[in-house]
Amino acid sequence: MGGRRSFFVVTMMAFGFAFLYVPILSMIVYSFNESRLVTVWAGFSTRWYAALLHNEQLLDAARLSLRIAVVNATGATLLGTLAGLALARFGQFRGRALLSGMVTAPLVMPEVITGLSLLLLFVALEQMIGWPAGRGVTTITIAHITFSMAYVAVVMQSRLAVLDESLEEAAMDLGARPVKVFFLITLPIVLPAVLAGWLLAFTLSWDDLVISSFVAGPGSSTLPIVVFSKVRLGVSPEVNALATILVLIVALGIVVAGVYLQRQERRRERDVQQALAARG
Amino acid sequence: MSNTRPEQRPEAGPDGTEPYVRLERLTKKFGEFVAVDDVTLNIRRGEIFCLLGASGCGKTTLLRMLAGFEQPTSGSIRIDGVDVTALPPYERPVNMMFQSYALFPHMTVEQNVAFGLRQDRVPRAAIRTRVAAMLELVRMREFARRKPHQLSGGQRQRVALARSLVKQPKLLLLDEPLAALDKKLRQHTQFELINIQETLGVTFVVVTHDQEEAMTLATRIGVMNHGEIIQVGTPTDIYEYPNSRFVADFIGSVNLFEGRLIEDEPDYVRVAAPELGGVFHVGHGVSAAPGATVWVALRPEKIQISRTAPDGAGDNRVAGVVSEIAYLGDQSVYLVRLATGRQVRVTQPNIVRQSSAGRLTWDEPVWLSWEPGSPVVVTQ
Repeated sequence: MGGRRSFFVVTMMAFGFAFLYVPILSMIVYSFNESRLVTVWAGFSTRWYAALLHNEQLLDAARLSLRIAVVNATGATLLGTLAGLALARFGQFRGRALLSGMVTAPLVMPEVITGLSLLLLFVALEQMIGWPAGRGVTTITIAHITFSMAYVAVVMQSRLAVLDESLEEAAMDLGARPVKVFFLITLPIVLPAVLAGWLLAFTLSWDDLVISSFVAGPGSSTLPIVVFSKVRLGVSPEVNALATILVLIVALGIVVAGVYLQRQERRRERDVQQALAARG
Repeated sequence: MSNTRPEQRPEAGPDGTEPYVRLERLTKKFGEFVAVDDVTLNIRRGEIFCLLGASGCGKTTLLRMLAGFEQPTSGSIRIDGVDVTALPPYERPVNMMFQSYALFPHMTVEQNVAFGLRQDRVPRAAIRTRVAAMLELVRMREFARRKPHQLSGGQRQRVALARSLVKQPKLLLLDEPLAALDKKLRQHTQFELINIQETLGVTFVVVTHDQEEAMTLATRIGVMNHGEIIQVGTPTDIYEYPNSRFVADFIGSVNLFEGRLIEDEPDYVRVAAPELGGVFHVGHGVSAAPGATVWVALRPEKIQISRTAPDGAGDNRVAGVVSEIAYLGDQSVYLVRLATGRQVRVTQPNIVRQSSAGRLTWDEPVWLSWEPGSPVVVTQ
């Protein structure tokens, strides 16, 4: 009975992992394919990686996406942190429920609707005040900030909600004005959450296709837009190579973060042991 | 406060000057809920004043108003002659030690203690000497470079104390300062806290729900209930001369008897208590009309228990039967059932080592008696 059960568990786990990782693995394998035809294996080669380095269209798109993602992440973190702070710390001000609802709305709103409504807004704005002139990098960045800010706000609100408020009161009690309290106490303590929010906003912007498609203009094709349009004409081995590089970067990031967190945890445990030993 | 009490002290400062801290008609409402209700209170320079009450009685709100975290709905707070009612926390000459200690987790012990001085732009060299001196006082100097999570509970408590004292506040507020420590450490720390207070001469206001802590620390105690201060007095006043049934019952344990005033003289009263099945003869005067309903509070340790009837005759004695015994080592608690059915709690110190022979046992008939100076009459 137990043997059969463990057999069942192992099989399910194998299927689960296969489901998740076989597509990625096959993509990595085919990125080293000699053939131009993605589905035909013709021997090992790194020629598509070399070709990628000379594909200005993809590289430009990657650079553009990176730039938008960084600006977006920074802007969204700034606004999202302020919104989270207002929701978690300013008590019951007028319109709190409204702000809370509005901030989290982009989380549940279908992307198509967000994209369409932003497009309509930009067109109307251009007609009324002449800004933003046409669709392009600016509109994409604004659109990305609009929806990724919501994620940052939620992260910050939940972090601040569990932050002991007496820490801020203690700082004020010791003579620090509220603005100083924020920069000397609140911000340093919640900095990991701020960084997490920044990375989240960065990732959301980096791989957003739907909303970008709505508000993009000529000459502002982000990486997801370029990849998607290329794939529609048939999968190119260069895209495989690009995707493999991205997967490796992400995997590396996860490993580094994992090792760092584990070390932190170990150090913390050691500190606690030390504190217990030195009790009194 | 209708009783005449031998140790009643004047509320104002000892020399008739304005008190050091004066709360005047202080009220705080949260919506409809009245957290602090028209409190007027004087605190003297250099004393340890304890606000004692059950949770939700408004003591913490009162403390937070002193610190400036809550704005009073009405009333005023004066500290050392200055009205601070409208001042924000960062401009008050007051510091607070939080129940959670609220040590800044991203700073070392040293940086935590120096934080307040930095805000005041004290010169760097002066900060260093003052922080070192304060850490020396709380015996934490060797831990100066540690972060809070590397410290034990007792060490954190001492750092929090150092941080709140280093600015030499006119008033130090302590919110349940010892609640997070285990019992042994708490008892030890109580005396340490008193020593530090005596060394620095800072005025302390302590909020606690632990009456033992209040009795040990306080020069004076203010007992609070439902947002009001019920009684203010020294620990002895509060324990021996409670002004109401609430205080008598809240501090320590007590046997309360309802009764009728049958004889009212300046230096003694007699109260007939139906539940006792006898008469209390109480050695202090009461300002109440003859025939009025009063309550007699009799502490368990002030009752003598014996097998034979006490000498003399008349008041302050009653016969009963032992119904429960609890042996606590240092003392024994007896519950004695009177003829009226009322149970009376009696505690006796175990002065002589006990053996099974000669000890009172269950269902044994006994006599209870007490001195006229033992019970106290309360009228409300």
